[in-house]
Amino acid sequence: MYTIVRKKELNPTVTQMEILSPLVARKAKPGQFIILRVDDEGERIPLTVAGTDPAEGTVKIIFQVVGATTEKLNHLNEGDALCDFVGPLGVATHTDGIKKVCIVGGGVGCAIAMPVAQEFHRLGAEVTSVIGFRNKDLVILEDEFKACSDRLFVMTDDGSYGTHGNVTAPLNEMLGGGETFDMIITIGPLIMMKFVVAAARPYNVPVTVSMNPIMIDGTGMCGGCRLTLLRDGKRVTKFACVDGPDFNGYEVDFDEAMSRGRMYAAFERHAYEETCNLLRKGKEEN
Amino acid sequence: MAVNPKKHPMPTQEPAVRAHNFSEVALGYTEQMAVEEASRCLNCKNQPCVAGCPVNIEIPDFISHIKTGDFEGAYQVISRSSSLPAVCGRVCPQESQCEAKCTLGIRFEPVGIGRLERFVADRHNAVPAAAPEKAAANGHRVAVVGSGPSGLTCAGDLARKGYAVTVFEALHTAGGVLVYGIPEFRLPKTIVSREVETLKALGVEVETNVVIGKTLTVDELFEEGYEAVFIGSGAGLPKFMGIEGEGLKGVYSANEFLTRSNLMKAYREDSDTPIMKGGKVIVVGGGNVAMDAARTALRLGAEVTIVYRRSMEELPARREEVEHAQEEGIVFNLLTNPTRILGYQNPDDPRDPKNGCVTAVECLRMELGEPDEKGRRRPVEVPGSEFIVEADTVIMALGTSPNPLIRDTTKGLETQRWGGIIVNEETGATSREGVYAGGDAVTGAATVILAMGAGKTAAKAIDEYLSKQADA
Repeated sequence: MYTIVRKKELNPTVTQMEILSPLVARKAKPGQFIILRVDDEGERIPLTVAGTDPAEGTVKIIFQVVGATTEKLNHLNEGDALCDFVGPLGVATHTDGIKKVCIVGGGVGCAIAMPVAQEFHRLGAEVTSVIGFRNKDLVILEDEFKACSDRLFVMTDDGSYGTHGNVTAPLNEMLGGGETFDMIITIGPLIMMKFVVAAARPYNVPVTVSMNPIMIDGTGMCGGCRLTLLRDGKRVTKFACVDGPDFNGYEVDFDEAMSRGRMYAAFERHAYEETCNLLRKGKEEN
Repeated sequence: MAVNPKKHPMPTQEPAVRAHNFSEVALGYTEQMAVEEASRCLNCKNQPCVAGCPVNIEIPDFISHIKTGDFEGAYQVISRSSSLPAVCGRVCPQESQCEAKCTLGIRFEPVGIGRLERFVADRHNAVPAAAPEKAAANGHRVAVVGSGPSGLTCAGDLARKGYAVTVFEALHTAGGVLVYGIPEFRLPKTIVSREVETLKALGVEVETNVVIGKTLTVDELFEEGYEAVFIGSGAGLPKFMGIEGEGLKGVYSANEFLTRSNLMKAYREDSDTPIMKGGKVIVVGGGNVAMDAARTALRLGAEVTIVYRRSMEELPARREEVEHAQEEGIVFNLLTNPTRILGYQNPDDPRDPKNGCVTAVECLRMELGEPDEKGRRRPVEVPGSEFIVEADTVIMALGTSPNPLIRDTTKGLETQRWGGIIVNEETGATSREGVYAGGDAVTGAATVILAMGAGKTAAKAIDEYLSKQADA
């Protein structure tokens, strides 16, 4: 059983859990993900590994409550167990030869960006981190980023914390001021990653984006996580579960990915509301 | 007594009824039907049917038992050769295997061997089985990668010889394609889980949620003390056509569509996993997977058209599946090939949720030209024959390419240029000592029974290999 060893609320909608899964804990590297099912009737959802403790055999996951499954997951507590937990899946973030890196995280994407930043810091690279949130209440992992970054920019959309503005502002400033990086790695909402790529393009700085499309099996079987890369004028189909989740940001067709990500928006909203009602009812009855 | 020239027909749910449910289509023979059908068998001397079976079931022998009403005896004959009789009786392409060789078939319809096999297996399964006798442990450990037909067969054969076998399954349920691929109405999942339980009772351990190549590598399996490994990891990523519009909302691979419905139960109202239901669905392809996808979509309330670039004669699906699909009202648009998929875009509202959804498929008429290297006549485009078919959902059932996870993480494992694992066909041995492989991971997408045959071959070879090792 995949027991929840620790649970911690990072902000009102984002939760961190450490799950007992020794095989995954032994293997997972920054950038890889797991797939879980909360219960025997549940859907399979992918979540990126936010850290591991191989000695204890635990894997850290951080998730935002956005739908039925994450709502159910959030209702579990320390000592409860997940039905299924499989991984590590996907290819780990490439770190070879990167001496100076800029990590750009947005929202809950910062949870995925953090272990990547920590890994580069551990490898001795110069790490600049830019993390962005909608407002002060949603800021997560600031201390963790501070500890592994040579420079940290905290941005909020409404200016209620850190610097007012979005993540591309400090990026534009640095790149415009003649600074460069061996790699920019960006993880967050698709629209944010698209703008990070646009910001880097005039300066020819390589950009890696971490894609998080809809997935089912996550092991290279169903093809639901496919995305299109524009490579040498040709459209190439790739699969985030086995080819990714990291891709060259200049090649990704973001508009298609955004459209496909909304394929089940209505169903998901409905399922989420149903689950919330059920869980609320269950609480009232207890 | 004159032989009945025709096979006893299989009782089925009425097409108009079954088109709206996921219950099994074929209902199975009654005892009387089975005995009558069995009596058609000539019990001929040279038994060509046995050679036509990839696992060489002693067909005339089991049929003789049916003739005398000894149904359990018939089951015992089948289970000497096959680990999954209830599955094979349902999904084997008998018309191109055992029944194709039937002597009676020269003049009349062949004996309904598949239907009899199914009858015998269902009959056996109807009563709770006594726990099978476990073989005495021989002290050797074997790892099997994948719990589909090849893996289950290999595991069962080895367990019967006393090996300690662990099957590693990447998904949360054992059964592989029998669970995620083949729909409930063709192969009820209770049958698959029962076969898996039988193997567990034989001592086979099944570890779900372990992806070999990721969670553990083949090398680590050896480090953990397994002395041989069988790779039956199945087919991999779905192929697409590479045409415009395949990224639109409403375009699926058949693997995804079927996995959502079969494994994740999206056909049920209470499932947390969504699937597009109803509307107009176009399925591209002509194999069994295309038929399964089309008939699933139909049961989810859609009007379904199958688009296939050759003619009915070349359609690779099992004849019975094609007939069932036609009876259920699925339209076959043959000698037709899609050229692009068209989508909706509201010019006034970029946030319209319908933006990016499929609206239609542009197709071209084809005609058959010269035969290709496999002898099938090559479809040739008819210039200027473009036409538009309305659609809400497009399902691509074009086959798969092998999963890269094991070949990328197993040093010294030789693969074909297209990714299939290279094996010695006689033994299933790969280029790595102690590593065997079979099923779709070797052949590319093929049938359940061929995969079972490969699992059987490999089990025999693994037994010989480990016995030799022990003697040395």
